[in-house]
Amino acid sequence: MSEDRTTPSEPRRGGPRRRLRPNVGLEARPASAPRPASAAARHDADAVDETEEVDEAAAEPGDTAQAMPWEADANTGGAADGHPRRHRRTVAELLADVPDDAVIVTRRLTKKYGEFTAVDKLDLTIRRGEVFGLLGPNGAGKTTTVLMLLGLTEPTKGIVRVLGMDPTREPLAVKRQVGYLPDNVGFYGGMSGRENLRYTARLNGLGRREADAKIDELLHEVRLEDAAEKKAETYSRGMRQRLGIADALVKSPSVLILDEPTIAIDPSGVEELLALLRRLVAERSLTVMLSSHILGQVQSLCDRVGFYSAGKLVAAGPLEELAQGDDHVVELEVGVNGLPSAIDAVAAAIPGVTKVAPHERDERLRVVTASSDVAAPLATALAAQGLALVHLRRRGTDLLELYRRYVPEGIDGRAR
Amino acid sequence: MAAPADTADTARRATTDRARRAEHSPSGGWRTIAAKELADHITSSRFLVLLLIVTVAAIVPMYFISSDISGAAPQLAGQPALFLALFVVGSPSLGNVAVVSFAALLVPLVGIAFGFDGINSERSQGTLSRLLAQPIHRDDVINGKFAAGIAVIAVMILTLVIVVAGLGMVRLGIVPTPEEIARIVVWAAATILYASFWLAFALLLSTVMRGTASAALVGFGTWLGLLLFGQFLLPLLANVLFPLDKADANSYLASTTAQATFMRISPSTLYGDIITAVLNPNTKTVLGVGNLGQYVSSQQQVPGLLSLDQSILLVWPQIVAMVAITVVLFALAYILFLRQEVRA
Repeated sequence: MSEDRTTPSEPRRGGPRRRLRPNVGLEARPASAPRPASAAARHDADAVDETEEVDEAAAEPGDTAQAMPWEADANTGGAADGHPRRHRRTVAELLADVPDDAVIVTRRLTKKYGEFTAVDKLDLTIRRGEVFGLLGPNGAGKTTTVLMLLGLTEPTKGIVRVLGMDPTREPLAVKRQVGYLPDNVGFYGGMSGRENLRYTARLNGLGRREADAKIDELLHEVRLEDAAEKKAETYSRGMRQRLGIADALVKSPSVLILDEPTIAIDPSGVEELLALLRRLVAERSLTVMLSSHILGQVQSLCDRVGFYSAGKLVAAGPLEELAQGDDHVVELEVGVNGLPSAIDAVAAAIPGVTKVAPHERDERLRVVTASSDVAAPLATALAAQGLALVHLRRRGTDLLELYRRYVPEGIDGRAR
Repeated sequence: MAAPADTADTARRATTDRARRAEHSPSGGWRTIAAKELADHITSSRFLVLLLIVTVAAIVPMYFISSDISGAAPQLAGQPALFLALFVVGSPSLGNVAVVSFAALLVPLVGIAFGFDGINSERSQGTLSRLLAQPIHRDDVINGKFAAGIAVIAVMILTLVIVVAGLGMVRLGIVPTPEEIARIVVWAAATILYASFWLAFALLLSTVMRGTASAALVGFGTWLGLLLFGQFLLPLLANVLFPLDKADANSYLASTTAQATFMRISPSTLYGDIITAVLNPNTKTVLGVGNLGQYVSSQQQVPGLLSLDQSILLVWPQIVAMVAITVVLFALAYILFLRQEVRA
């Protein structure tokens, strides 16, 4: 992974990248952008609190910020020692645009291991009640970011604020309120599931009775009551993951950080786990940040996603917004129960269609490019010609395509 | 722009401050960890096996020497510190191996056994990051583990002492004097200290080495190496550096002093010195020659017994040295653990 990593800043050739609007959602959600319905519903309570300042701040153009050669010291703020050439921003300046309800904030967050930059100038704002998905290939810096949020690793540069606190300076206060499901979570094999949770409860200073009530409730929630007395070493991956979620919730956190929650679980287990997470998030109004390199799960769970690549956040925003890409170009994959060439003439006749081309990988399909969504007229037109539609899909709605667009190394981390 | 955000920040901070004060802070995180580790140790098969070995190793020589002592009872009547002989004297029918020699042999084993997988097993089990995500300080983990290790070692050694002393009283029909009891207690404390040294060493290995098996191998290897070759290698080294010339008193003195100093690098030598002095009131000098006065007194052999505080004074440097190397090893493990990345 460390050798021949493609330079992250190198722009990718070809069209798709150009469609990326820089910094969409890197700052707080732009004022103009409509909230996804689910998040808006959950924000009902505090929606009133959002002042104009926040929106102004959010509208600050990100492009100029990116070009400015400045940096902030991890802990001291760095303003004190003025650098002759560089303009150093103070912590206050950097945090000036943070909305009131921000729970997780990072500004110019950087982590270096020797020469290798694991996380590169990350700017992230996650608001209360949001479910944020961090997507990226293995080794893109997701876990490092999470560890810095918990104060388990010190940032090389930049600022982290979790619930308004600096995890490096107040790790205990942060960890008291943040539940964490580590990547590849483990339990003490010789202890039962319940005992493992009890240990966590004790470490959080919960009293015995309080802890037992909480644990009973959580075991019920993650449906492990029957296995609660079995030793943790007998648990399956899925059970361990569910126990991990219960473990993260023992301290009644207000923030939940899940690192690769569905890794190495079979498909039905993943479904179950996602349903559990969805329910928990809805019930407890938690702020959730989850990292993953598996796309589908994030799609169904997150209000916003961020694409991570080689330590940089290359794009972030509500999924729909990212998926839209360029509003004026719609690509449809079309397949019929006849020769694909039959589509060409029909599609070309529809107003708005600019191009009909063969599919890149599947010779039975055609890709219809249009200036608006022409799916309905196209389907009618094809039917009128006696062609039955067997495949119709709008491109860009699939996370996998977004992933391909934003993450140059591709899904498995290799340069494409 | 900055000002409103700042006030928001302070407001948020104030709320969390309040929340923090409301909760009772688990400042004794290490105690929770130590309690859990101790429970783990005591219910482990490792503990049972070691306890069995230690008890057998203590009972067998005690059985033989107590027969010898009761057989020679008439001659031994009035002998001072007879009860201590149970611990220190080996029976000829068992190759003169005494209880203390067995203890000295096995104690490092116990120390290593409860430490070699302290940190690296948390890592390989995937529990370390989960543990550290709880509101505890990172050093609570290693402190708790060290404390639990010492506690379990103490349990084992006290068991051994009680078994030997109890059975000895039954077989010999004599009761130890308060002085003898005090000496045994000091010996037990020194033994726990010696085991703690090996525990600290094992914890260091468990921090540095990612595999539990390799940490165990290195730990036990060091113990065996020191056991087999320590006696030869260190004096050899001293001899090379300070060649011995028997004709010259100064050279003789320099050489023996060097030898003693070199031997004292080895904690087993230190421990040996301590038990010799503490369990045998006849001992006026240990091992080498610390200074000329001790040298002379060892030549003259003043008759009479030392009191316990005099015995302790005799080996005070050894005790301090052993505490020092234990602290150094633990500090090393502590620092390395605190500087380590959480992620494997």
